[in-house]
Formats: sequence, C-alpha cells, structure tokens
Amino acid sequence: MNLKELYQEIILEHGKNPRNLGKTDDFNKDAKGNNPLCGDNVHVYLKLNGQKIVEDISFEGSGCAISMASASIMTDLIKGKNENEAKEIVEDFLGMIKENPELKSENLKEDEKTKLMCLSGVKQYPMRVKCATLSWHTLISAFENEKEHVKTEN
Amino acid sequence: MNIETIKKEFPIFDEKIQNNDLVYLDSANSSQKPKVVIDRINEFYTKQFSNVGRSVHYLAVAATNLYENTRTSVQRYINAKDKNEIVFTKGATEALNLVANTLGQKYLEEGDEVLITELEHHSNYVPWHFLRKSKNIKINFAEINDDGEISLEEIEKKITPKTKIISITHLSNVTGAILPVKEITELAHSKGIIVVVDGCQGAPHLKLDMQDLNCDFYAISCHKMYGPTGLGVLYGKKKWLEELPPYQGGGGMIREVKKDRISYGDLPNKYEAGTMATAQVIAFDQSIKFLESIGIDNVMKHEADLVEYGQELLQKNNSVKLIGNPKNKGGVLSFTIEGIHPHDIATILDEDGVAIRAGHHCCQILHDKLNITASARASVGIYNTKDDLDKLNESINNCKKIFNLK
Repeated sequence: MNLKELYQEIILEHGKNPRNLGKTDDFNKDAKGNNPLCGDNVHVYLKLNGQKIVEDISFEGSGCAISMASASIMTDLIKGKNENEAKEIVEDFLGMIKENPELKSENLKEDEKTKLMCLSGVKQYPMRVKCATLSWHTLISAFENEKEHVKTEN
Repeated sequence: MNIETIKKEFPIFDEKIQNNDLVYLDSANSSQKPKVVIDRINEFYTKQFSNVGRSVHYLAVAATNLYENTRTSVQRYINAKDKNEIVFTKGATEALNLVANTLGQKYLEEGDEVLITELEHHSNYVPWHFLRKSKNIKINFAEINDDGEISLEEIEKKITPKTKIISITHLSNVTGAILPVKEITELAHSKGIIVVVDGCQGAPHLKLDMQDLNCDFYAISCHKMYGPTGLGVLYGKKKWLEELPPYQGGGGMIREVKKDRISYGDLPNKYEAGTMATAQVIAFDQSIKFLESIGIDNVMKHEADLVEYGQELLQKNNSVKLIGNPKNKGGVLSFTIEGIHPHDIATILDEDGVAIRAGHHCCQILHDKLNITASARASVGIYNTKDDLDKLNESINNCKKIFNLK
C-alpha cells in the first residue's frame, strides 16, 4: 500500500463532500469526540427507534480527509442497521484498522466492505490511525449516550 | 561558513529515510544531533560513567567536574552573571513548572495577575493555570496583531496594578515572531513585575545575553539546541533562586535532614533533586561548543536567509497561506492550504522525505484565535539549505495535485 492508494479517489471524494454532515432532526443519542493530538473533533447524532434501529445518523466536525471520509462512509453504512449490528460492524472495522487483513462482519455487504477497505491504508501510518477511528469510537459512545467526550489518546 | 560541511557532522543525513534523502524541517520541534554529541554520550557511558556530586572515588569526582563544566559553558553561552544561576532540569517544561510553582508558593496571592500572550506554548500556560486553580490568581492574555506579533504597546495595555508576573515566549513556535523581550523587561521592572521567558525557540536561534536581556528567568530546551533529550536549563537570577523555595525534594538538594527539621543545599543543588540526566548534561557541553564553533551570528544570518527565501517561495505558491508576517521573524514557516487538512499535507510530504509538523503545535489558544484547528509547520536549523525549501515547495505542489488543487 502506498500513499496513492491511501489517498484514493473515494477517500478524497468523501473527504470533500461528506455524506450525512449536519445535525439530525430529533436525534435521541449523541456523543462528541476529539483527537487532542491534532485538534480534530466530531459530534455524532443518532436517531434510534423503539426497535433499536438507526433511523438516522449524522455527524458534525472538522478534520483531515481521512477522518472526514471515515465518518462519512461510517454514517452511510450504519443507517438502517440495528444497534447490535452497528456495534458489531464497529468492532470489525476497528479490528481491521488495527491488525486484521480483512473485514469479517456478516452485517456488511460486499460493496460496503470494499468501500471500508479503502481506509485500510492508514495501517501504514500509525499516527493517522486515530484520524480514521475517531468517529467510530464516538459512535459507540453515542449508543451509550455517554456525556464525557471521547478522546483518541489516553 | 559551509553548510554542506556542517550538515556532514549530522550522521542522520547519511541515512535513507523510506528510500529518500531526509529533508528535515522540524527543528522547532526537535533538532537533529551532531556526531560530537552522540559520541560524547557513548564515550561517557563507556569510559567515564559515575553518578555525580555524591561519592568521592575517582570516577565520581571526574564525572562531577565534567557535569559542572557544562554549567560553566551554559553560563558563558548565555552570558549569565553567576554559574549558580544555571539549573539543570528535565526539560524547558520542567523549568517553567519550577518557576510557576515556586513563585506561586512564595509570591502570589489571591487576585494577583499573571500576564502571558496568545502565542504561548502550552508549557507556558498550563503551569500558570495550576495556580489559577490552587491560588485563585488570574491569567491575562496579550493579544497578537494581524501579523502574528506581540507588541510592547499591547503588553503595556494589558498590565494592571495587580500584574505580578509577565511570562512570555522569546520566539513564537508558530508565527516565528521574536518578542521585544528586553524592552518588555525594562517596562515590567519599572513596575516591579517579574519577567519569565520561555526561550525554547530563542536559545537555539538567537544570540543570548542574560545580563543584557535582564529577564528574571529564562527556560531552555536542550534537545532543540542540537543537544540530548531529557534535559533543560533554567536560568534564574541569583536573588530569586536563593529566595524561592525548592521545587522537588530528595537526594542531592539537602544540607541536613533530621526528624524535626530539614535544611536545603546551596545553589544550584537546591533545585537539582535526585540523580540528574548526567550523560545528557555532559554531552550538552558539546552542543554548546558546536554552536560556538559556528558562531551564533552566522547561525542567525543563515537562518534569516532561509526564512526569507522560504517565505517568498510559499507566498508565490497559490493556495498556500502563511500564518503571521512578523517583521522580526525566526526560522518558522507555518501555513495552511485551502482544501487540504494539515495532517494530510504532512503525510503526503513525508512520502517525499520532507519531515514537517502538523497540528496545533501545543498552541491551541493561538489556533483558536486564528480560527483554525491545525496548521502545517516547516522549521529550519543550521543544517538546512535552500534546496530543502525547494523540495518542500515541490512536495506541496505534489500534494495539491493529489487533491486536485491548482
């Protein structure tokens, strides 16, 4: 994986025109996260219905192409999934970014996996892994509706 | 002065970094080390090692002398009046914490004010913030002008009858602004205000004369000065270091310890508790001698030429926006590119072997003021050449190409 593969069209495109950017109407769960190293921040909004299905999801924030694209792709994938499926996808994604060569989740379609694998290139850039994972950690907090901010550093 | 010859004294430039020649533009973060410094650490551990200031055996006495030689070299380099005004610390951060903590204990009362600036690194803000919590003091901020400078007039405007301490950077690590420290000190002293200077960026790049600057405290980071990590220097006027309480307690800093009383050692031992970074101190002597052998006037001239060249280059580059335009500027070029986040810039430049820093550079207050979360920063040292800045510019163009910018 070289740099060109990391900054492929799909990441640049999502980074430039992120999907689901803004604040969801009548969200009922939310969480903020930030990356103290670079000052990136994200706010994830969830609208969870009685069956615990994500009816709507969006995010606000600013950051690099990697973090914006990651949040954009994430919100696209999570919409319509139930809470357990969503959490399982998050776990699978974080596992892939850390060490696993591929995604294993049965809750993801092949084209969704392909999209997510665009982000696998950050493995080569350990300092940038946090950019890719911030919104995903924040999504988990939103499900828990934790009041405290998520930080990518301990 | 031949830069290519000087560059050869730094072994890192013989290395291929990810198959590239290294273009190192991150010296404001930390400088590379000349061979003399690296060798000195090895030699000390190999042939001369002992702890200092304690035992009476041969090695201990010899090591103590070497350790104290560095103190004398630092005194000479910064033209301090007294050798005992030089205190070794684990870094400039510890030096600033030492000053804030001890001045806070001895000197500050509830409602007193400390004046800092919007340019300050977190290490010259957070230690004062501790006192805001523990002593209920107030912190005021002198504001930058449109060029990213702090003027004497702005400092004067922010001084109130409650101002007890002014703590300022000598040279901003983001805008590169060099502050009029001598004039600020004169003004402050006329009002009985203590002046603390964060000299992290000043010490490696500017001519230092403590007796001329006349500030009360000056903090130095040795690893930014072609020296080892884990080491800083606090210069403090003797009357202050004598008057203020110790910062940390332990071995080496005491005179007498009884069950009912403890008395402290003389300067500078009073502030050097525990086993110090001995090898680093001894190797730092080589850093000072290295800088002296080039001559600080030559260093300043070379770096001023580089900055002027780099500034012109980046100003001509579409969509690059330089941060700050101070009249008196040190070797720092901070910038943003419309449409590309600084972290993406840094990653792409890195692929070309160009090492810069991206982020808020521990200056969130300043970035908030500028309404940005992060910036990219190229900073120069004695080993950089105009070629390095050309490569920076080329790599920025490559970055723009990837992001489809013109």
